[in-house]
Amino acid sequence: MLRRTLLLGLCRGPLGRGLGTHRGGSILGKVEGRGGYRGSWMAPSSSSVTFRTQDPAHDVKTVGRLGGGDRDGKMSEIKKKIQSILPGGDWNPLYDTSYLPPEGSDVVIVGGGVLGLSVAYWLKKLEKPRGAIRVLVVERDHTYSRASTVLSVGGIRQQFSVPENVQLSLFSVDFLRNINEYLAVADDPPLDIQFNPSGYLLLASEKGAAIMENNVKVQRQEGAKVCLMSPEQLRNKFPWINTEGVALASYGMEHEGWFDPWCLLQGLRRKVQSMGVLFCRGEVTRFVSSSNLMKTASGEEVNLKRIHEVHVKIDQSLEYQPVECAIVVNAAGAWSGQVAELAGIGNGPPGTLQGTKLPVELRKRYVYLWHCPQGPGLETPFVIDPSGTYFRREGLGHNYLGGCSPTEEEEPDPGNLEVDHDFFQDRVWPPLAQRVPAFETLKVRSAWAGYYDYNTFDQNGVVGPHPLVINMYFATGFSGHGLQQAPAVGRAVAEMVLEGHFQTINLSSFLFSRFYSGEKVQEHNII
Amino acid sequence: MAAPKASLHLVAPVWNGGTRGIGGLSRVVAPEGNQKKGRSLLQFLADRFYDVEALRDHLLRKQVSKVHQKNRPFNHINQRYGPYVAGAYFILKQGGAVRFQGREWIRPNQRGHFSLDFLKLQAVPVEAVDASGCAINYQGLDSLLALKELQSLWLQRCPHVDDWCLSRLHPLASSLQELSLAGCPRVSERGLACLHHLWNLRRLDISDLPAVSSPGLTRILVEEMLPSCEVLGADWAQGLKLGPEEQPRDTAGPTPA
Repeated sequence: MLRRTLLLGLCRGPLGRGLGTHRGGSILGKVEGRGGYRGSWMAPSSSSVTFRTQDPAHDVKTVGRLGGGDRDGKMSEIKKKIQSILPGGDWNPLYDTSYLPPEGSDVVIVGGGVLGLSVAYWLKKLEKPRGAIRVLVVERDHTYSRASTVLSVGGIRQQFSVPENVQLSLFSVDFLRNINEYLAVADDPPLDIQFNPSGYLLLASEKGAAIMENNVKVQRQEGAKVCLMSPEQLRNKFPWINTEGVALASYGMEHEGWFDPWCLLQGLRRKVQSMGVLFCRGEVTRFVSSSNLMKTASGEEVNLKRIHEVHVKIDQSLEYQPVECAIVVNAAGAWSGQVAELAGIGNGPPGTLQGTKLPVELRKRYVYLWHCPQGPGLETPFVIDPSGTYFRREGLGHNYLGGCSPTEEEEPDPGNLEVDHDFFQDRVWPPLAQRVPAFETLKVRSAWAGYYDYNTFDQNGVVGPHPLVINMYFATGFSGHGLQQAPAVGRAVAEMVLEGHFQTINLSSFLFSRFYSGEKVQEHNII
Repeated sequence: MAAPKASLHLVAPVWNGGTRGIGGLSRVVAPEGNQKKGRSLLQFLADRFYDVEALRDHLLRKQVSKVHQKNRPFNHINQRYGPYVAGAYFILKQGGAVRFQGREWIRPNQRGHFSLDFLKLQAVPVEAVDASGCAINYQGLDSLLALKELQSLWLQRCPHVDDWCLSRLHPLASSLQELSLAGCPRVSERGLACLHHLWNLRRLDISDLPAVSSPGLTRILVEEMLPSCEVLGADWAQGLKLGPEEQPRDTAGPTPA
């Protein structure tokens, strides 16, 4: 009698969704044997049956008599199950939604690569008081199989032409050097990003020598340790280089080299999780926003938009969760252009601020790994040829990584990450063999392709809020040097979000508005 | 956050009575026996209470700042007596030894005290520095790099000297002839790659570096990189795997294909 009331009381009637979705199991009733019970509790038309065994002919009343002589065993089983229902047990009458993001979050970061995680880290580090801001990171590719971060060659340099880039890179190197102080998590092993401080060697032909000298002056002013070398000095230092066609070389002595981007990503991920940032595996499919017609100081009418909700669609499902948010950070890397379009950026007549799209698109780049037993030794820096071909040492076994950026005409189709091996034969190997004669005999071991979040406007990053969609912040478009500037850019965006202006490094020339006003911040040293 | 974490305990817990230095950070390879010794009371409490966790974080940060404090630059001494005396004072304060040109070694005694006679030697360059076992780190190298005529630098068993520090040594390239890195737990082959700037180097000791993955191969590559330098390191055959004909036959196992 008592059990009957219990069963009726706990029936599924007032509860919306079938209890079958909860871990695929049933709560009261035999689960072992007979093929297992994995059904849902549907069929609301059957009034008397609130739970089903494998044999639907059985009535509720006969449950206790199932398995005849096994009465004590049944009793203890039922006792155990009742205990799991009571508070403190592991039965939940509501369905398990741990895969869905929360219903609201102060900041939603679209993209969980190194830039997105860096923004999350600095937001949690600089917030006052501690724990004030709820951050959600939405990443649709939880294995990072197509993320630019992990497919990158991992280099970091200060040899840029734009002073802000040099500052960003110097800050990031400082961050990497003290990574175990920044990203320390109690009881976890310290991070080893395997930094190779071997430096970058940029070679310039006659045409580029003057520009290189200028650049080195700018870099030295910002504090980079770069020295200029003549072809004679180059031959003395690196006898394996063929200096034909090289007029000048700039060599970074300190703070330059390459490291393991996966380690940085995992370190950031571990740390931000320990700081309370939530992760969601899903894709942003829609922004729900509202518009306000406002007047500027000069009387012009502007339509300002504000995003209220982010719809996050769950992988391999039609289900989505609307997340209420105050701020959206677009750190989606190569796909930032698509995310910006979802927010309505670029919907307007061309030539106006409304009609200015985010000019970040996917560009595919190849990286090749080859073996050359007679190749340059341990001292090999990251060498960049005047033709745009680059290579670096990988490990101790005379293996080298390298590649070349294709010209605009020969841009490969970014639809997939297939590698074109002919590209190596035609475009990468000849300049390599000309520059380093030992590379005439080499054997390609493997290759992969990755995406650049290529800024077609001026190949430099976009940082800061959008002038019209006032709560969308960008941290993208770095065209191949995003990884090396990620810690500094994360801090800049966090400062922008929390304080409203840049504090450590002034990145006002990297704002979105330059796409409308046409002020290019052209970075010349892009590989 | 308060739930106990099943993490990889590759390093000994931070707060263990008698841990030297920053326990978790200075020991890259910790013996397995340490974790079995039982987790300390503080660690046990830290897994359950936020306040205790904050206390542990605070203690860890204090240990880090102690190392930073030891490596602070002595700017007032530098201004008054010059870079050589400032560098010597820095090293002596850390517990190392210094030798000025044409003089004897100056060492602190058992209790860390040393005579201040060298303060008069403002124009005499420092020729040799023995910083073995000192807690010198990246910032502390500032004081050393000002010693432009340094010929011999011993950094044996320094717990905080890592690859980043090695990349900083290039200003001493014209004078440095002897460098010893034996026993430094954080130096790996990646840092050794940037020693090629030191073209005047005649003696290099890279023995007993636990963080180097293949010591024999690394020694060969370093010898190739610095042709006029005598490299003391691991035996070149160390770390090589036995070939199939040299492997002991296991009669009890399955026959090889």
